[in-house]
Amino acid sequence: MAAIYSLFIVNKSGGLIFYKDYGSAGRMETNDSLRLASLWHSMHAISQQLSPTVGCNGIDLLQADTFDLHCFQSLTGTKFFVVCEPGAQHMEGLLKVIYELYTDYVLKNPFYEMEMPIRCELFDLNLSQAIQKDRVSLFGR
Amino acid sequence: MQFFGGSAAAEIAPSPAAPPGTATGLAGNNANMLYIFNRSGVCLLYREWHRPLHTLDAQQDQKLMFGLLFSLRSFTTKIDPTSVDKGNLGVPLLPGQGCSFYSFHTNTYKLSLLESPSGVKVILITHPKTGDMREPLRYIYNIYVEYVVKNPLYVNGTPIKCELFNTNLDQYVKTLI
Repeated sequence: MAAIYSLFIVNKSGGLIFYKDYGSAGRMETNDSLRLASLWHSMHAISQQLSPTVGCNGIDLLQADTFDLHCFQSLTGTKFFVVCEPGAQHMEGLLKVIYELYTDYVLKNPFYEMEMPIRCELFDLNLSQAIQKDRVSLFGR
Repeated sequence: MQFFGGSAAAEIAPSPAAPPGTATGLAGNNANMLYIFNRSGVCLLYREWHRPLHTLDAQQDQKLMFGLLFSLRSFTTKIDPTSVDKGNLGVPLLPGQGCSFYSFHTNTYKLSLLESPSGVKVILITHPKTGDMREPLRYIYNIYVEYVVKNPLYVNGTPIKCELFNTNLDQYVKTLI
């Protein structure tokens, strides 16, 4: 059973630039994943408007009946979010690791155009290793 | 009449179940706002206890809140990784249909949601460090049933103006941790 169901990376204007599925039931169509990404982008922005106090940075954890969604927003507005099993631990850490991989293998790639879909072999490779490592540490506990 | 299990006598007991100020080190007074919507999106009750920041006027704020919940619910139903048939994004959902959510966190607040089978939504906004609010929301829903639904002068679907409900709610909300 997968601890992580899927990973989304959304650029600062709400476009999906990376999506990977790690074993959710059913198949998500490409159009639906794009819609979900931009919907999340707007929900994230609206949640800041509804804050009772100043300095709100948007949703970082959404707890649903069958999954948890952890979101991390970088300083430049790129959002990373993972859908995982309810109660999965250390997701903030994993998101930081993914962000680090993104800066190392995507942003430093001279052929990558900013805000465009990510197609970097090294990023894919290192990402699957990081997710695999996370799973192994999960089984170890 | 109990939707959510547990005995009415225990949940409607006048003294709150949890002692204040233990888990988070915050002694009560953690609630910011409470909204109650009916199934058609009419705001039956809006109450605030601690809200230094107002970005919109009251009516716009309530509309935005209902819209956020509506969209988040279609989002969670569509993204639900455990169901095979998810339907289309944005189609209105019946209460209890599809995968719903019960809370979300930001760095400044925590929103908890309870939706009753009749479509009444109770939304509580608290300090981000407060614990699981599902039980307190059921308690608040039971206060609503006791003092609003059972009030013979209350007309269904109109804003709540029941003094007993407000005093009981204020009293209970002060104890939340």
